[in-house]
Amino acid sequence: MEEMKVETVNSAEKVNSSFLEEVSKKSGENLSLCYQCLKCTAGCPTAPNMDIRPNNIIRMIQMGMKKEVLGSGAIWFCVYCQTCGTRCPNEIHIGVLMDALREMAMEEGIPAKEKNIHLFHEAFIQSVRRGGRAHEVTMLMDYMLRSRDLMKGSLLPGVKLFLKGKFPLLPSFIKGRDEIKRIFERCTKEKS
Amino acid sequence: MRWPMRMLPQAKSRDCLQNINFKNLPSPGGRGERGGGKPESPPPEPSPIKGEGNYGLIMRKLGVFICHCGVNIAGTVDVKSVAEKVGKIEDVAHSTDYIYMCSEPGQQIIREAIREKGLDGIVVACCSPSMHENTFRKAVKSQGMNPYLCEIANIREQCSWVHQKEKEEATQKAEEIIKATLGKVRKNEMLEAIAVAINRRVLVVGGGIAGITASLDLAEGGYEVILLERETALGGHMAQLSRTFPDLDPAFGGLLSKALEVAQHPNIHLYCFSELEDVKGYVGNFELVIRNKATSVDKRKCTGCGQCILSCPVEFVSEFERGMGMRKAIDTLYASSVPNKPVIHRDHCQYFIDGTCHRCEEVCPEKAIDFRQEDERISEKVGAIVVATGYELYPKEQLGEYGYGEIPDVIDGLAFERMLSPNGPTKGKITRPSDGKVPKEMVFIQCVASRDPDRYMPYCSRICCMYTAKHAKIYKEQVPDGQPYIFYMDIRSDCKGYEEFLQKTVEEKGLLYLRGRVSRVFQDDGRVRVLGVDTLTGKMVEVAADMVVLATAIVPSNGVKDLAAKLRATVDRHGFLTEAHIKLYPVESSTKGIYLAGCGQSPKDISDTVSQASATASKIQALLSTDQLLQDPLIAFVDEGICSGCGICVEICPYEAREMDPHRGISIVHSALCQGCGACIASCPNNACELRNGSAGQVLRMVDTFIS
Repeated sequence: MEEMKVETVNSAEKVNSSFLEEVSKKSGENLSLCYQCLKCTAGCPTAPNMDIRPNNIIRMIQMGMKKEVLGSGAIWFCVYCQTCGTRCPNEIHIGVLMDALREMAMEEGIPAKEKNIHLFHEAFIQSVRRGGRAHEVTMLMDYMLRSRDLMKGSLLPGVKLFLKGKFPLLPSFIKGRDEIKRIFERCTKEKS
Repeated sequence: MRWPMRMLPQAKSRDCLQNINFKNLPSPGGRGERGGGKPESPPPEPSPIKGEGNYGLIMRKLGVFICHCGVNIAGTVDVKSVAEKVGKIEDVAHSTDYIYMCSEPGQQIIREAIREKGLDGIVVACCSPSMHENTFRKAVKSQGMNPYLCEIANIREQCSWVHQKEKEEATQKAEEIIKATLGKVRKNEMLEAIAVAINRRVLVVGGGIAGITASLDLAEGGYEVILLERETALGGHMAQLSRTFPDLDPAFGGLLSKALEVAQHPNIHLYCFSELEDVKGYVGNFELVIRNKATSVDKRKCTGCGQCILSCPVEFVSEFERGMGMRKAIDTLYASSVPNKPVIHRDHCQYFIDGTCHRCEEVCPEKAIDFRQEDERISEKVGAIVVATGYELYPKEQLGEYGYGEIPDVIDGLAFERMLSPNGPTKGKITRPSDGKVPKEMVFIQCVASRDPDRYMPYCSRICCMYTAKHAKIYKEQVPDGQPYIFYMDIRSDCKGYEEFLQKTVEEKGLLYLRGRVSRVFQDDGRVRVLGVDTLTGKMVEVAADMVVLATAIVPSNGVKDLAAKLRATVDRHGFLTEAHIKLYPVESSTKGIYLAGCGQSPKDISDTVSQASATASKIQALLSTDQLLQDPLIAFVDEGICSGCGICVEICPYEAREMDPHRGISIVHSALCQGCGACIASCPNNACELRNGSAGQVLRMVDTFIS
């Protein structure tokens, strides 16, 4: 068995209750309410692949384990399907929480444990920025170029989707592209 | 094969014995007539059935009713074949079976059979008599049959349930049990319940919130109450509390108004600083001796001005303040206590140590100090007794594990309550006992000595989860920059508003609940280090705390075992008083007339204690609502012609129901005291004692059925 590390929670930076406050404020979720029923983890489709399960993420935030949480792969694995938030008896939306944690990790300059996931997110955002909605083919090409990951394993389903007409080759842009542009501008401005 | 050979002559001799008995005591009916001279034997009831009195000699008409109990009996025992076989017995006039005899249609079958066939004795083969004997006796009584001519043959607990895999044998056994019971019924007497006059006053032992509530309820109902309190004032542990969960109401104010109500109630006689010395008697007629300890203060003269307290030079550690405050040798239990009259503690008073100090006597404007006062013994009579003796926290001497008793900044929940109380030693301020500083890192540990069957107590103390949450909440209110940590195993918040209280506390205050037991608490560099684990993250945790509060287990208060022995009530292995039935008779003790309320029975919070105390009070009001008490007549009686007056039965009787009649030189039975246990019958060398409807003849007849 792996030897347990002795954690000392005796001073402000060790307990780091400020981390709980910070995350709660950023995400708008009341994380103190969690009583560890594990319903979020039980329903999460990506939890089996996560290094830290969603319920443990909340617990670790309560315990002030900032480094471990922001450095985890789990926060990048969340696909925001909202199963957890819909089911949570205490109305904690873990999807929203995970978003906030990803942002915090980026702000802190903590490299994502799953580096390609980060690139995938960027490709997605770029695609939305361009056309107002995601266009799968260009987005995937963008991602492949960024990551140099040719996604060999996922090609077959891609071809099938293409044959069924689910992957239009040319992107279709929405009408309000100017508004999208303004949204992006405003977000960037607010952030800086 | 040698054993049966050796048993044989013995069996024969018992047979002879049976004959002798019957020679001397011709018939049960005859016995009843002869018993007319004995004050406690009931007169035989005129029977509507033909052939009354001499049942042993004439052919009877018996009925057998076999219950299926759903599949409980019928799934194992072939009830139809048993009913058929039993129906062939000569004097069985009616034999039938039904799915649920105890149901209304089932009882109707019995009633109709009695009416139509003119039955004069019945056997219901069903579950244990403790379940439905009364049901069926009532049913037969409604048809004019004497209820004691109805007997239960237990073919469920003692047959079908224990022989589920041996159906044939079970069927045979059920038949034998029924036949044996028929043998008993044939010799049953017609009996009548014994009427006993009752005293309509009540003794309540313990002046905590349980005793106060029960007393007030009874007094309001018009019954006279004697309330006994060991301490010098009312209140019990509730007087020590700061605020109550889940409403955060001040505990003291609410308690005080109730205590004052008790003190002023015309129906309540309050004896503080008193103990129950002796109890004799039985339900409806208890005789008490109360020892009112000498207070050395004449309470009729004392006005409660408190000058004596101010003048007293002797101080010692106050138990009420859980060792965190001092008290004087002459003092009240707490400020503005009820009654608010000081008491001299003679172990500490200088006058009683060397006779040098007279200050209180000198300053008292009313000349109320009386050093020569002696303990007073008061005799009282009551009809029922409430035991509301409350709890104590697990003794710290036996709890070295958490540094309790060694590290000054490790205290228990009640000590913290005193600290939070505005009238406590710190006037409600949270400070470290060691240096008076405000603790910034606070650790609360739940389940200390509870839920630890190996070393401490196996049970859950029930109040700790909630009061710890309350403590942490109040701590956070008072020390907003402090960090409370709570070590817990589970959170149990099972009453109205509790879970909501807990969740709200957690939400508002950001307390850190750590799920896991603490392994070690030790002192290091002026702080208390607490080693534990958070099982939710799997990390070991070490907290350098300023102060630690232990939620220690609730145990019965001191002296309950002695009191229970005096009352002939039973306690469980932990010393909690046992109820007659955990679900159906939760406020009655196993001894008639003794009732329970509060933590003396099991750990419970104030809401539950008050509910139970009120339940107890209403049960007693029902008991005392009549002038007479009807008791089961299935008790011992003496054949005066045989009794030699040896007195063995008097010594052996556990209920003090046997006594020598000095004029006649024989032993008599106090019918109201006798519980029909049979100890005297077994011990009587002359077979002069017998049990009504359970005579040696009847029992041997039953045994005969099984062995023949």
